[in-house]
Amino acid sequence: MATIASGSHEQDLYRDVTERVCKITERPKPPRAWYIAIVFSSSLTVMLFGLIGYLIVKGVGVWGNNAPVFWAWPIVNFVFWVGIGHAGTLISAILFLFRQDWRTSINRFAEAMTIFAVMCAGIFPGIHIGRVWFVYWLAPYPSQHLAMWPNFRSPLLWDVFAVSTYASVSAMFWYMGMIPDLATLRDRATTKTRQFLYGLGALGWTGSAREWSRYEKAYMLLAALATPLVLSVHTIVSFDFAVSQLPGWHTTIFPPYFVAGAVFSGFAMVITLMVPARRFFGLKDLVTIKHLENMTKIILATGTMVGFAYGIEFFIAWYSGVRYEQFAFINRAFGPYAWAYWIMVSCNVISPQLFWFKKFRTTPWLMVVVCIFVNIGMWFERFVITVTSLSRDFLPSSWGYFKPTAVDVLMFIGSFGMFFTLFLLFCRYLPIVAMSEVKAVMDDGHDHH
Amino acid sequence: MSDETKKEIRVVGVLAQFSGKQTLVKAASEVRSKGFKDVEAYSPFPIHGIDGALGIRPTILPWLVLIAGLGGGVLAMAGQWWTNTVDYPYIISGKPMFSLPANIPVTFEVMILSAASVAFTGMLALNRLPRFGQPLLRNNRFLRVTDDGFFLLVSDDEVAEEKIRQALEEAGATDIEVVTESVEESKIPVPLVYGAVILACFALIPPLMIASARGTTSQKPRLHTWFDMDFQPKLKTQTPSNLFADGRAMRPRIKGTVRRGGLVKDTDTGYTSIPAVGTPGGDSVQEWKVEFPMEVTDSMMDRGRQRFNIQCAVCHGKAGYGNGLATIRALELQQGTWIQPTSLHADHVRQQPVGQIFNSITNGVRKMPAYKDQITPEDRWAIVLYVKALQLSQNATLEDVPADMRETLKASE
Ligand code: HEC
Repeated sequence: MATIASGSHEQDLYRDVTERVCKITERPKPPRAWYIAIVFSSSLTVMLFGLIGYLIVKGVGVWGNNAPVFWAWPIVNFVFWVGIGHAGTLISAILFLFRQDWRTSINRFAEAMTIFAVMCAGIFPGIHIGRVWFVYWLAPYPSQHLAMWPNFRSPLLWDVFAVSTYASVSAMFWYMGMIPDLATLRDRATTKTRQFLYGLGALGWTGSAREWSRYEKAYMLLAALATPLVLSVHTIVSFDFAVSQLPGWHTTIFPPYFVAGAVFSGFAMVITLMVPARRFFGLKDLVTIKHLENMTKIILATGTMVGFAYGIEFFIAWYSGVRYEQFAFINRAFGPYAWAYWIMVSCNVISPQLFWFKKFRTTPWLMVVVCIFVNIGMWFERFVITVTSLSRDFLPSSWGYFKPTAVDVLMFIGSFGMFFTLFLLFCRYLPIVAMSEVKAVMDDGHDHH
Repeated sequence: MSDETKKEIRVVGVLAQFSGKQTLVKAASEVRSKGFKDVEAYSPFPIHGIDGALGIRPTILPWLVLIAGLGGGVLAMAGQWWTNTVDYPYIISGKPMFSLPANIPVTFEVMILSAASVAFTGMLALNRLPRFGQPLLRNNRFLRVTDDGFFLLVSDDEVAEEKIRQALEEAGATDIEVVTESVEESKIPVPLVYGAVILACFALIPPLMIASARGTTSQKPRLHTWFDMDFQPKLKTQTPSNLFADGRAMRPRIKGTVRRGGLVKDTDTGYTSIPAVGTPGGDSVQEWKVEFPMEVTDSMMDRGRQRFNIQCAVCHGKAGYGNGLATIRALELQQGTWIQPTSLHADHVRQQPVGQIFNSITNGVRKMPAYKDQITPEDRWAIVLYVKALQLSQNATLEDVPADMRETLKASE
């Protein structure tokens, strides 16, 4: 093994990337902050699952959902989490197709975020159906017992297909991207267990030219498929609302506006996670300020789009001349939920405008502050859309004011627990930067290229 | 190189390491130009230009993905059409059973899902992955391939090892060694094979049990994981119960009480005392009332029209020709049990005295159900009045119209 240390200058550069990334999972103990975080987040996860059990035993009545607001926090949380996921696919697929090389150091991270966010999202509609044990009835399968088929003309079914396709494709994309890096961890393993487990994940990858050739083609194809997919997912989520006939929901602007909002919230979440992670795991040379700055620019762009959409909604309500539509919007901004509406506007429209200033785009902690506001704002956006419209339906006698229960609140907090638990495990045990991709786009030290 | 089977050792090939990606590409084309056929390059990341140097042909993966995508799309579209229009058709909000826009989202998602699955599994299958026990991965130097190592492996069997070494050296290799594999190692251990076979046999038991139970009948009730509403803690009609002294779940009517809607007012009797049963043409020919038992007014006519349109028009049609919406629908579905309602303008109906029509509503006729529980006697008479007016309207001549209104009628023609 004497030759291991020798190598050209070029090899040293690659070795440096490998070292930096693998060190995170290879060092015997993670930083103390990791332990504190995982204890905290996993207890929240346990709470979440405890509450889910309670809900299954008692029924969905443990939530605040009641006439006329039958869709409340669970749907708000669902849309919130699905939206968060979108940044991951955007980074990994769309930026890949546009040959944005800077994505390589953040894509693995963002894809992981996508998958964990979609997992959190999936929980809420799953338990919202009431009889969770019949969740498989959502699937179109031939059954003598039911002797019927799902209604394929319903947006809710479209949603089932969109979200499950999204989850599967993202998982495949993520895992496939990780195979060569798992092989790196396998080949560096110092214990039998590590070698076996990473070896299992790496599927016997050797990095032969023929393997790479097909791998690259498959990666390109997956990126090309994931791009329209990611746009379709939030479009279809918005159909849940837009295809109904409730004032405030029945608008054609929803699909583009939802997609922009999803990307907006997703990037905010990436920054919120990335800034502490690069600090704790010493990745500042791989994930540079430039990467972060690029992301803040995307946030600025999509945040402005979202603000524009809010304005257009009001304009169309006025322009349509439909009294119910006009009422829905005036009620949003000045009715009983005005507080939520203005939280949304200040967080989503005003706060990202700070990114016009270079100081905000280049100071990590300032970014995180703005991004947390963005995430709060995006949660409220879904709350405002869902709850204000439902609480004022066509029958004034049934109008009501929605109040969440403790279970609502704790479940939402618990979903964050689950998200962070998965994330912390990912940071500790998997390659959090796509090493092979970084190496492929690296300057190899030769002048000719 | 020949297989040295005696020592149970097989030569995998000659492995040479290079210092970087450029050198690897150069070496690959050099070695191949010297006539070596079985050459493979290994690197930590994909290198552009290596495919050409090694003569790797483009993969068929994109075609597989295309087929999967199109196939998935067609299947999804056909499946939605068949399930929602043929196998289990039902109308929702009057929407068409099948319409392209409503079925596009699911088609699109299935298309993407099948294409992506084939891209992923196809890549693995074409690369023969997963493959465990790669002999190269037992070589310590080779392990650097996933870090910073660049390698060429030449495994041409017929050529002497020396010649390969020489060619690789000339191509600028930094280290060269022969990689071997013991045949013993490459075999799957015997206990593992037996274990797998036994496990597979056990795994067959549940599907076999299900297969054998299919189509058979059983006296025992179905197993319920979740009871849902199949069993409810309530007392059903005709069941015994210990709750009451008489041991019955059903309660008889309490003496001296009148059930809801069962009260017959004194004022009603004038109407309802009309003979209700008996068929015309039998021994006792019915004496039907021929006069309305109350004063006929405009408001009674209005009431009659309104009630008729609610209670009778669904079957008999608004004009009374026996072609209401329910009838049209039933005839469309071709349900054999449906009797088309009699046209109220049929001769035998037109000749009926008011009392007989009243009786038809009250007690029903043959297939037509009785309406005495749903329509009050006053309303029944009002409907009769309207039916009479309808009948007259459909068989009227100009002479039936009052003289002073004939001119206006003519003018409006
Ligand atoms: C559920 C559908 C239905 C409704 C509602 C209904 N009918 Fe009928 N009606 C029928 C059918 C069917 C017949 C023919 C019965 C047969 O020949 O077996 C009929 C027959 C009649 C006849 C002819 C009886 C005879 O002597 O031949 C009269 C008169 C009549 N209906 C009046 C009414 C009036 C008035 C109403 C409203 C109160 C009414 N029907 C509501 C289905 C209906």
